[in-house]
Amino acid sequence: MNFPRGKVIAIMGGSGTGKTTLLRLIGAQLKPDRGEVRVDSHPIHAMSHTQLYAMRRKMGMLFQFGALFTDLSVFDNVAFPLREHTELPESMIRDLVLMKLHAVGLRGAHALKPAELSGGMARRVALARAIALDPMLIMYDEPFTGLDPISVGIIGNLIRRLNDALGATSIVVTHDVQESMKIVDYVYFLSGGRVVAQGTPKEVVESVEPFVHQFVHGEADGPVPFHYAAPGYGEDLGIHR
Amino acid sequence: MFGTLSGGLRLVGRRTINAVWRMGAATRFMGLVLLRSGLSFRRFHLMIDELHFAGVLSLIIIIVSGLFVGLVLGLQGYETLKRYGSAEAVGTLVALALVRELGPVVAALLFASRAGSAMTAELGIMKSTEQLSAMEMMAVDPFARVISPMFWGGFLSMPLLAAIFSVMGIFGGYLITVVIIGVDAGAFWSQMQSNVDLRNDIVNGVIKTIVFGAAVTAIALFEGYDAPPTAEGVSHAVTRTVVTSALAVLALDFVLTAFMFTGV
Repeated sequence: MNFPRGKVIAIMGGSGTGKTTLLRLIGAQLKPDRGEVRVDSHPIHAMSHTQLYAMRRKMGMLFQFGALFTDLSVFDNVAFPLREHTELPESMIRDLVLMKLHAVGLRGAHALKPAELSGGMARRVALARAIALDPMLIMYDEPFTGLDPISVGIIGNLIRRLNDALGATSIVVTHDVQESMKIVDYVYFLSGGRVVAQGTPKEVVESVEPFVHQFVHGEADGPVPFHYAAPGYGEDLGIHR
Repeated sequence: MFGTLSGGLRLVGRRTINAVWRMGAATRFMGLVLLRSGLSFRRFHLMIDELHFAGVLSLIIIIVSGLFVGLVLGLQGYETLKRYGSAEAVGTLVALALVRELGPVVAALLFASRAGSAMTAELGIMKSTEQLSAMEMMAVDPFARVISPMFWGGFLSMPLLAAIFSVMGIFGGYLITVVIIGVDAGAFWSQMQSNVDLRNDIVNGVIKTIVFGAAVTAIALFEGYDAPPTAEGVSHAVTRTVVTSALAVLALDFVLTAFMFTGV
């Protein structure tokens, strides 16, 4: 798989097919059994602890439910990476944080605690935090899950706009076909830990490949069976012996 | 018959492997905590926050319990010593019991249930809500930023809490025997002073508190870090912290006492 600079790329597939694992491999939170992951053309799993942490400064990741620090306010959450990695004076940190929050439309919410935010707002704050250090790679783990349609639209828009503004690369793990087709440049389909199909959104929607067709059109039965593997129905109910 | 036997053997084998694996993981965990401690000392306020969390917030329970343990010790000690005509020795009894044993042990048990359980829950929830992963991805090492300061905060507060516990206990003993029952204050204090030895009693007591503090904090943090990321997983981890810490404190106390006070 290849994720060129400047593009927004979706990774799709059913639950449990290794999409999140892929993000964790790219962030080197997991080690691969085989193969290699290169980030900015450096093999990330061969790096020392210091090199890896230096590389991670150039990455941002949005976790599925935001993963905001619950004991810190919205402002302090966004300020966290800035305070940890820079020696900037507090006045400049304040300006930067307010700018990042403004970009996601939540400048007015800077004094709130994460517990006071709705799901969509929490994810926008987490997005502001993920881009605090202007990363070259932003990874999104299920950014649309559990959000109302308006929030889904807002997040989708932000993913595209922020990527273009930062000149970054975005990898979006999702199974929201409708929204992601609007914003991405390219799609990879995963199934059972393998890439089974890929293409631009247009190619994917028109695909006749059975798995992609089932997925994109949300059909209940197909290459991905409706029934979990089980012995014969009659046998289980004791009708046939 | 053979089936049950091999099933049983397999179970024993699996449990043993699991236990050894966990011990290895715990050792590696503590190694990382100590290795990444630099930041805790460079950014002192991180540790101060944890000292507040583990120490200051445990003060009430430590002070009240210490006072009551002292009151009871004073009463029981007085009742027994009176029969032998040496009621003034109650000061020595209270002080030695507290400084050598009850101070370190009871304070450690209270510390495990008050601060240890809170540390496990906090770390477990941080892990299950991906806050630790998020920190890693922000290139902030959670061991350096969160876990090590927690360890040192707990490690440093335990001896201080035990000291406060003992002081409150002695004050409780004084209150009940001298102020209320009417034992001679001069005898109470002077007997205590001449019979409590700095090296043998106080220093040994302090060593115990240091060992207990390290053990309880390490157990609490490992259980929190190792907790499965579910509500049930965190609740089990909290329970395990309290139970394991209590058993560890009592077992360590026996071993330390055997070395310190009997010349084994």
